[in-house]
Amino acid sequence: MHGLWRGRLQVTLAMLPAWIIVIGVFIGAMIWTFVISMTNSRLIPIYKFNFFDQYVRLMNQDAWLVSVGNLVVFGVLFILVCLVLGFLMAVMMDQKIRAESLFRTIFLYPYAMSFVVTGLVWQWVLNPTFGIQATMRSWGFDNFVFDWIVRPDRAIFVLVLAAVWQGSGLVMAILLAGLRGVDEDLWKATKVDGIAKWRVYTSIVLPIIAPMAATATVLLSVSVVKAYDLVVALTGGGPGNATEVPAKFVMENLFERQNVALANAGAIMMLAAVVVIATPIYYARRYMAQKAAG
Amino acid sequence: MAQRQEKNIARIGVYAFLAIMAAFFLMPLYVMVATSLKTMDEVRGSSIFAFPLRPTLEAWKTAWSSACTGLTCSGVSVGFFNSLKIMIPSTFLSILLGAVTGYALSFWRPKGAGIIFAVLVVAAFIPYQVFIYPLVRVLSQVGLYNSLAGIIMVHVIFGLPVMVLMFRNYYAGLPRDLFSAARVDGGGFWDIFFRLMLPLSPPILIVAVILQSTHIWNDFLFGLVFAGSDNRPMTVLLNNIVNTTQGEKAYNVDMAATILTALVPLVIYLASGRWFVRGIAAGAVKG
Repeated sequence: MHGLWRGRLQVTLAMLPAWIIVIGVFIGAMIWTFVISMTNSRLIPIYKFNFFDQYVRLMNQDAWLVSVGNLVVFGVLFILVCLVLGFLMAVMMDQKIRAESLFRTIFLYPYAMSFVVTGLVWQWVLNPTFGIQATMRSWGFDNFVFDWIVRPDRAIFVLVLAAVWQGSGLVMAILLAGLRGVDEDLWKATKVDGIAKWRVYTSIVLPIIAPMAATATVLLSVSVVKAYDLVVALTGGGPGNATEVPAKFVMENLFERQNVALANAGAIMMLAAVVVIATPIYYARRYMAQKAAG
Repeated sequence: MAQRQEKNIARIGVYAFLAIMAAFFLMPLYVMVATSLKTMDEVRGSSIFAFPLRPTLEAWKTAWSSACTGLTCSGVSVGFFNSLKIMIPSTFLSILLGAVTGYALSFWRPKGAGIIFAVLVVAAFIPYQVFIYPLVRVLSQVGLYNSLAGIIMVHVIFGLPVMVLMFRNYYAGLPRDLFSAARVDGGGFWDIFFRLMLPLSPPILIVAVILQSTHIWNDFLFGLVFAGSDNRPMTVLLNNIVNTTQGEKAYNVDMAATILTALVPLVIYLASGRWFVRGIAAGAVKG
């Protein structure tokens, strides 16, 4: 009896750090942030409530609206291109090719590196005075123009390009694992029936790996909402505010503009965006898994 | 015959696609290395794709020991050692905490296990900005803001969700009879953890080390906010060196500093091979 009691005590003690983190940070800090977002604190928290004033202010602030708009354009394009490219790469990798592990290593290595590294490398490659544009001109294409990184209406695509470079290998790896789980008999059966391979992929295989695609989509969406490092390193939000994003808006209002309440309202909106995006995908995925299980 | 020819064309198509993609993925790496081996004169006078004519490591030396951020000119080496000081204890502590918590959750059914687990699953997805300001307040109250201990704590806190999920799933896959037998033999909580579970854990430990060490090394946001000027990690220092230079930019030095910063995770990635993919798969389970 004594030993049993001691066992329980040890379990409780071992769980203590996790409890402190869960209650203190993941729940407590979140509530605190929400509470501050309903005040008009600037540098330090002042608990004079004005409820949703900061949210109204946010919605009337161009800087915020522009950054949300940028994020939507960036997010949709980034996720779409990543999924399409990742799926194509996974399918090609699945054709019993030579040097598969070499290709896998090449497609995935950017994912191992920091967003800061990715941002700085692409900043250099796309530099109009020295990068791809200059090179093409020196090769005789005198009128070649590729100056998206300094053009306000194009810079957001540069962000997409760099992010796809970093993230599409991840999608490939997740989807390839899904393809490897497809029953060999399916391929034999469709071959006997003379169905074209691409039709098998689009009509039969794609639904089977849909849960993996959903997982990849959730991972990509979360990284979109969190997007910060890449923007800071690649464009610094510019030119103008062409590549500003909500995470950067929040950080600047927290640490530079002393708009703590407004920043926290922005952070809560980012959280709301994650909930709105992730919940349907989560349920869709569960539904698909249930259907697959019969 | 015709079918065979068609098949050959399809094969060529597959390899052509893969080769083009490989070129796209390798191009920035090549440009980065080539630029870092040139002198500034050569950078200005040649294409970024041109092979360095007289490769020199001068830019690497400058990047390592004397590149400037503002008034301090001591290169990225300071950041390299700061990142090591942050990465090693953070990786160790977050894995230890994740393993113990995951083990307790899978075998000991502690009270509130469901709540903890649910909160951690959700927490893995929440944008960090939601937690930053309260953490800054609390850490500065207790004197840990802008300190090594503070940044390590932050990494342990935010590493917890994924680590617990990984270890819990791994331990849930072990036969429960193993645990029951150890209990019958009178093994306590820590006995069973250190003498039975830990020796069975190398596969998941390797994955966890790869995941956490690269993750923590690559972190920028937490390092920027919590580390303070004495402990700035390499990513923050690198960004400062490249993006806040006054006057003429030394692109070769910038690229050398960039490679140096990418080197540690790249080495971990190349050395770990398939384990890295497993780590991603394990991390993806949280979806």
